[in-house]
Amino acid sequence: MKTKLVLIGVLLLLALAAALLQRHQGDEVLEVSLPSSESPQELVARGQYLAQAGDCVVCHTARGGAPFAGGRAVPTPFGKLFGPNITPDAETGIGDWSADDFWQALHYGKSRDGHLLYPAFPYPDYTRISHADADALFAYLKTIAPVHQPSLEPQLGFPYNQRPLLALWRALYFKPGAYHADAQQSEEWNRGAYLVQGPGHCDACHSARNSLGATVDGNDLAGGVIPVLDWYAPPLNSHLQAGVGSWDLQEVADLLKNGVAGHGVASGPMAEVVYNSLQYLSPADTQAIATYLKTLPAKAQDADGSGVAGMSTAERERVLALGGSLYEKRCADCHKASGLGVPPQYPPLAGNPTVTGRHTINLIRMLLNGGFPPGTQGNPRPYGMPPFGESLNDEQAAAVLFYIRNSWGNHGAPIAPSEVNRNRGAAID
Amino acid sequence: MAPAGAVDSTAPVPDTLQQRLLACTGCHGNEGRAASDGFYPRIAGKPEGYLYNQLINFREGRRHFQLMSAMIDYQSDDYLREMAQYFSSQHPPYALPQPIDVPKSTLDLGEALVKSGDKSRKIPACAACHGDALAGVTPAIPGLLGLPRDYIIAQLGSWKSGARRAAAPDCMAQIAERLSTADIGAISAWIGSQAADNAARPADHVTEPLPVSCGGVPSSVDSH
Repeated sequence: MKTKLVLIGVLLLLALAAALLQRHQGDEVLEVSLPSSESPQELVARGQYLAQAGDCVVCHTARGGAPFAGGRAVPTPFGKLFGPNITPDAETGIGDWSADDFWQALHYGKSRDGHLLYPAFPYPDYTRISHADADALFAYLKTIAPVHQPSLEPQLGFPYNQRPLLALWRALYFKPGAYHADAQQSEEWNRGAYLVQGPGHCDACHSARNSLGATVDGNDLAGGVIPVLDWYAPPLNSHLQAGVGSWDLQEVADLLKNGVAGHGVASGPMAEVVYNSLQYLSPADTQAIATYLKTLPAKAQDADGSGVAGMSTAERERVLALGGSLYEKRCADCHKASGLGVPPQYPPLAGNPTVTGRHTINLIRMLLNGGFPPGTQGNPRPYGMPPFGESLNDEQAAAVLFYIRNSWGNHGAPIAPSEVNRNRGAAID
Repeated sequence: MAPAGAVDSTAPVPDTLQQRLLACTGCHGNEGRAASDGFYPRIAGKPEGYLYNQLINFREGRRHFQLMSAMIDYQSDDYLREMAQYFSSQHPPYALPQPIDVPKSTLDLGEALVKSGDKSRKIPACAACHGDALAGVTPAIPGLLGLPRDYIIAQLGSWKSGARRAAAPDCMAQIAERLSTADIGAISAWIGSQAADNAARPADHVTEPLPVSCGGVPSSVDSH
């Protein structure tokens, strides 16, 4: 107990120092609200579009709750946080806020009363949102129906529940900033980069986080397992694990806008992102995002390779035979004996990085839980895949997975039946 | 590239709801008929309004089954309505009832509650709303025939505990609250043991005003 008190004392002192330092930094880039040349209607419409681009609704709406009235739990390794009420209710929402208060939250990660916000609110990305766009967002939020619903306090373990300590985190991982256009690149590329790095906050899932929950490599978008949710957000900068480097530009744009494309479908949390956010973007903006993503520098990736060391030839033959016969009965009607599927309704398994990659969580979950791609304006009545978790036991599921990971030129390491089992009953949403 | 002979991959995917909804029939059985061995309910032939209400209840957190919610979370209301229409228009034969080994006194209690209810405890007869033939009533009251015993136990239990809810006023929650576990066991055993008539269809109206107001059945709310 004494050690804990001393520790917290030291941390608080450090936090205070960090806060003072940051306040100074903050002052240097303080901006004032800019007059807008748009009509109020245009401003609100642009704000609504940006709110969609940022998928604000997803964290700020509880299941079955009023939009933007808060209450959805955001699980983290440190505990749960809840998206707050951002409807214009004076008492429980942001009805009393000014545009400058809102800018302070987005740009500096500070609430109206000055308290520091937890970075589950992705202000390390939102700090790149332009002041004009922040004003538009605020103007839009002021037009939605106010809902009286108190926001929920975070449920975090020690020491993460000590909010002042956020000053330390911020000293290490956060600097108020802006999107700086790259003059070497096209206007389209810069628009895509701004959407990805700013409102879209793609790195919140697609970049790996360190032990303090920071995306240390910034916007490298090299992929990572989403903590707690346990879905793998694939790298967007490599062709080896569902990256987009080898895709046609149009395919990338199609996946974002329609939720399905020639090489794959959006599933898991990405289905939610497409459904609530990306499908509403203009074709020009999805093209811009695709243009930017296609130029991300590829990193040397961990190709899976065949990785079947330890598996005897006889064992390999046995598992392939079991998996192959199950595939023929359960899978081939849609994904075809050739593994080529019928895109975009049924994605190909041959050459599909989600099938062959080292990170197998998504693949296992797809087999166990099935699902529909998101229903979008471009694909309003998707074709679904049945869940096979109840009709295949762990060994059978592992055999089917080994079969599809090692047919049609695919090479992937075996997945242990225990690994299949671990994903049974995992939280789906 | 396609190996020689891989003509199968060029066949067009049927542009039908049957093909689109294979994800549903994986658990609910071909055409939504369910099976006699399991937990997943028959959805075939249930009134469209009922099926649609359930899809919305799963999406909005009034019913809890993660696998089911994850299936339909990101679909438009229009598509959910189409799914409901599709399964409501299917009338495949019922599976044979499950052999249920309970004392005759239990079945008698179940039959009495289903057909007559228990006025002293303000328990209306199941048949008062679900139809004399228990085949449901359009547009939104489900048939009970062909539901597995385990499924009925789970649903009544969930209503009683608050885990399953419907749009307010939640009539089934009120009724389930008045049922004892013995009542639930008896009702589910009796319904689960009945052979269903393959020609049964939901009635197009109830003969009397419903004994309770149900949020999922707007006309019942208006009449109270």
